[in-house]
Parts: sequence; C-alpha cells; structure tokens
Amino acid sequence: MSIRERLSGNEAVAVAMRQINPDVFAMFPITPSTEIPQYFAQYVADGRVDTEFICVESEHSALSACIGAEAAGCRAVTATSSAGLSYMNEVLYVAGSLRLPVVLAVANRALTGPININHDYSDSMAERDSGFIQLYAENNQEVYDNYLMAHRIAEHPSVRLPLMVCLDGFITSHAIENIELEEDDTVKAFAGQYHPENYLLKKKNPLAVGPYGISAYYMEARVAQAEAMKNARRVITDVAEDFERTFGRKYGLIEEYRMEDAEIAIVLMGSSAGTAKAAVDGLRAEGVKAGVIKVRVFRPFPGPELEKALKNCRAAAVLDKSEGFSACGGPLFAETAGALFNTSCGLKMIDIVYGLGGRDFTVSAAKSVFERLRQIVKTGETGPVYSHMGERTNAL
Amino acid sequence: MPYNLKEELNKPERFHAGHRLCAGCGAGIVCRAMMRALDPKDKAVICNATGCLEVSSFQYPFTAWEDSYIHTAFENASATASGVEAAYKVMKRRGKIDPETKFKILAIGGDGGTYDIGFQSLSGALERGHDFTYFCYDNNAYMNTGTQRSSATPRFASATTTPAGAESVGKKQTQKDLTQIVVSHGSPYVAQTTLFGNLKDFHEKAHRAIYTEGPTFVNVLTPCPRGWQYPADDLIDICKAAIDTCVWPLYEVVDGEYRLTYEPKKKLPVEEFMRRQGRFAHCFKKGNEWTIEAAQEYVDKKWEELLSKCK
Repeated sequence: MSIRERLSGNEAVAVAMRQINPDVFAMFPITPSTEIPQYFAQYVADGRVDTEFICVESEHSALSACIGAEAAGCRAVTATSSAGLSYMNEVLYVAGSLRLPVVLAVANRALTGPININHDYSDSMAERDSGFIQLYAENNQEVYDNYLMAHRIAEHPSVRLPLMVCLDGFITSHAIENIELEEDDTVKAFAGQYHPENYLLKKKNPLAVGPYGISAYYMEARVAQAEAMKNARRVITDVAEDFERTFGRKYGLIEEYRMEDAEIAIVLMGSSAGTAKAAVDGLRAEGVKAGVIKVRVFRPFPGPELEKALKNCRAAAVLDKSEGFSACGGPLFAETAGALFNTSCGLKMIDIVYGLGGRDFTVSAAKSVFERLRQIVKTGETGPVYSHMGERTNAL
Repeated sequence: MPYNLKEELNKPERFHAGHRLCAGCGAGIVCRAMMRALDPKDKAVICNATGCLEVSSFQYPFTAWEDSYIHTAFENASATASGVEAAYKVMKRRGKIDPETKFKILAIGGDGGTYDIGFQSLSGALERGHDFTYFCYDNNAYMNTGTQRSSATPRFASATTTPAGAESVGKKQTQKDLTQIVVSHGSPYVAQTTLFGNLKDFHEKAHRAIYTEGPTFVNVLTPCPRGWQYPADDLIDICKAAIDTCVWPLYEVVDGEYRLTYEPKKKLPVEEFMRRQGRFAHCFKKGNEWTIEAAQEYVDKKWEELLSKCK
C-alpha cells in the first residue's frame, strides 16, 4: 500500500536510503545535495538505520571509502553535486573499472565558473564516460523510484557497475511535491541484499583488487566493462518491469510523450520535461503534432529507443542543459545524432543549449523551440544547427 | 616470547618473492616484515597507494600478497582503508562475517602518497579514528616517476626536480616532519623505524601498531638504490648510518608519551650517512662544505628537540 506524502527530492532519496539501510554511507557536504546525508544522519541518530555512516574530509575520500567498503563486501552509497562530483572524477573511473556497484546520488549543479549553485548537467555530463550508469528524473517521484531500482541494476551479476541517481539541483532536490512512498518492508524486499561472490573480507580465498594492467591486459578489462554497460540496457528494463509489477509505476530508458503521430519533437532530460509537456499540450490543442522525448537513462545511451521514437518525426530539437564546448553542440545532441546516424531516420535535427546555471526554462521558451521546428518543416531549411537559448543579448 | 628472526622467518611468507621491486629496494623488506608482524591466525586487508610497491607487487595476473589487497589511487589509501574498516565493523554487526575471523586493516604508501598527495586523506582517517595501521615506506622522493623531490626529501639531496648544478646544491627545504604531525592528531601509537640488524625494532613497532586499537602509524625510512644512488648491498648499512647519525631517530609515541628506542653509543657525524649516497655527492665538492655543516646543524637541532620530548 503506497503512502501519500509531500517531500523534497533530497528527502525522497534519503527515505529510499533509509528503507534500503545500506551498509556504509560516506558523506561530504555540498550544495544542493547536502540535505541527503543530513536527513540520513538523523536516521542514524534516531536508530532508524544501522548503517556505518562516516563523515569524511572530501568527496574524493567519500567515493574512495565507498570503493573500499564495496570491495570489502558491502553496499556503499554517497551523494554529491557539481565540484564534488568533479573532485571524485578520478575515483569514479576506479569504481567503474573495479566493477563495484556503488550508488551515488547526484543533485545536479552547474560547474564553476562563475561559481553557481543552481541547476544544469555540466557536472554529471562531464562524467558521462566514467563507467557509471546514469539515471535522470523529472520529479521527486521518479527520483525515489530510480533510487529503489538503483542497487538491483548496479549489482546485477551481468552488470556490476556503479550508478548515479541524478536529480535536478534545487528544482527537484529542494522543491516539495506530492509523492507516493512505498512500505519499508516492500522496498527492502524489492531492493534485496548484496551478495558478491568475492570480497576482501571473505574468510577463505582472499581477493586482490586494483592491479597494474599492462597493455597485454588493459584492453580486455575495458572491453568487459563496455559489455557490462551494454548488458545494463536489458537489466534496467527488467528491473523496471519488476518495479511496475510491484509498485505499479512504469519506466523505460526513455519516456515518449504524445509521440505516436508527432511530426516535431523536443528531446531533453530531467525536470524540463514537465515544462515541455505543458507546451505540447497547448500546441496539441491548436492542432500541432508536437511531442516530447525524455531521456531517463543517459548511460547506457538509449540509441535504439530514440531511433524508434523519432523515426516518423520530421524535425527534432535536442535541448542540452550543459555546454560541452565542442563548438558543435552539447553532449545530448552529439549522442542523439550519433545514435541516429546510419539509420533510416530522415529528420532534421538542431541543438539548443539552455538553462545553464539555473537559467529559467518556461513553457513559452519550449513553444518557441517548437515554432522553430515548424519553420524547419515548412521551409526545409535547418538553419543554425547549434545555438543557445535564454541568454541575455543586451549588455549587462 | 622474545623476538627471534629465525623463528620469524619460519612463519609462512605473506609477501612473496617474484615481485618486481628493484634489488636493494627497502620496500620489499618492509612488506615482508610488516606481514610477519601479524599474528599468523589473523587475516589482513592491505590498502596500497599507487607507487613502486603497487605496480611491482600486483601486476595482473600476479600478486605477491597472500592476503586481501586493494589499490585504488595515489592519494586515497587512507580513505580506502576507512571504507574497508567501516565495512568490517558493519559486517560484523550485521552478522555477515564470522566473528572468529579477525581482520587487521593495513594501509601502505610511499612518502609521495603519504606526506604529500595522500596527506589529506591520511589526516582525515586519523582524525576519524578508524582502527587501522598506516605504514609509510619513506624513500625520500617520488621514486616511481624517477626521483622527483617530495616534502620528505631532505635538504641538499639532489632529486630530478631539484638537481645539483652550478647554481644549485639540491633541495632547498628541510623535510616535513610527518611523524610529529601524526602525533599531533592524537593517534594512540606512532613510531619511526628503519631496516637494520635483525629487524627487531621494526617488528616490535609494527606489531604494537597493528595491535593497538585506533589509527596507528609507522614511518619507515626505506632506502631506494635508484634515487639515493648506492650499491644494492649497502641498504642495511645506510639505514644503520641513518640511526647512528640521528638523521632518522628511532622512537615511539604511545598515547602521547615519547620513548626513544635507540640511542647511538656515539652519535656519528651526518656525513657518515651522506657520503654513502650519490644524491649527496655534490655536498662533498670543494666550496660546498657548508652544506654538510648546515645538515649537521639541522640534525642536531631536531635530535635535541626529540630528546627533550623523551624526558
């Protein structure tokens, strides 16, 4: 039986963690993810969890401690944002290559500079090649649900990869919304237990972790890791199906909104999807065949799903909430375009970088994107493929 | 039972031959002696910082370590050990490991991974009070990358980033006194040792560190034949010279109480230590006599400071 509540995204993550009761939580504070370990610290103080909660001296050490704990045979978690995630960079790759299913909550926040505490995806997009699975959420409910699925995906024997549960900083992390929580026992049963076959603290058969891998061996390790990421596609879907059977809410690698007969579409991630959906509803009422594709899983990248969803579209705009400085477009665009290359998709596609450092994204902004797409369809001219939206054009 | 090297060497080896450390390197001796200091019935998890030891002792698919071992990065051996120790606690509490099996958590790194890049991680783990022992094999420079100076490099040593030359007499600064910094953290057991004689001093300190609850630290002066430039068989003699000149005093600090564990019968001049090593060769050139005097002055000052703490 679901419990109706009102929670911020950060508290929703903390509740999910409390219900799962991980073995080790290593924390270091950074806005806007700080509330997650704060809520959790109270659960520890109140005896509601018996997790080993360690307050380390940096994000680098937070993830390093998680790696040590996970290799030792534990479920280990942490949370961070922005510069904290960047500071973990080196050890994110270590967690991935050691095939340790650490679960990391990321309240996405812009990277410095200028220093800024608000939302965009520059932090986690910079880590897209780290070997972490990345799940993104539109709202608090999805954050909570993604977290409930996270350990099972990450720990699956055919995957064994670390995983980021991303939530939009402040927009989702701090805004209080209605949410359906699940019973503690049901969540515990769904999340299951972590039983690695080999771990440092095993009584027999000691384990050696983290070798020097010379050229004769390195590539095999990386290819095996790439295969695991491919396997994650199937596992994410399977876990989502079990989640739907258990809790009734359905999730795919992407979400298609009014895409059945859409001629123009926006592809984007996170909380902006809600805004884009509102714009679509308005346009649909005017007879415009518009739709939205929300990318929920960025790693592994849902190429085949995007191809299928876009194949009957005539024009699409990818909205990137991070600037990759490639001078050709943001990362979501690059990956979407890459996925559609060599397919029969004949659509025109543009990239719009928007919302950096918390710059607002409105229904009218989404509508203006659809208007551009309508013009592309009408004239057959794509115009500038890569542009920015919402920035000040007059002098400050 | 009194220490007996022969008896000790009869223990099953826990750091095996076949590793790729150089002939005349002290790190392999440190590892063997460190593992011998464990009670045979106890298991261990070794958390190793990136460095010579790591690339030489665990090159896939071979490991020299008989016990569980983890290497993750250069600067985070203490943080990794913190995670392993947290895991050990919670797994015991949750009945996930056999309570009869005792694990000791050991971290080990060179001076680069301990004095410098790993300093924050070490300090954090000491402050949090994890139950683990950190062994620093201090070879006075970044040896794995080719003898670049570190904060443990002594003044006047020629390193590849502080080379001696027409306008240079080697490193300008004196070394960081990491042992004292660890003492300041309030650790229950801190010691300095090195490799000499029958390794009794090392063994007893390592054993005491490992079997003292809380974060303990053993700083081991560990010569490197490549960086210090000495013939491989001189290792033990150089260590002996380090203690007899008081360049590397042997002492331990138990719950804040200092105890000198070795006092040379006759304190030798510092050049007895320096002259054996190519890294100080320039100090013995005409016109550079002052460097030996300055080195002596520094050693004397530090020795007096230590003696006053040991009273």
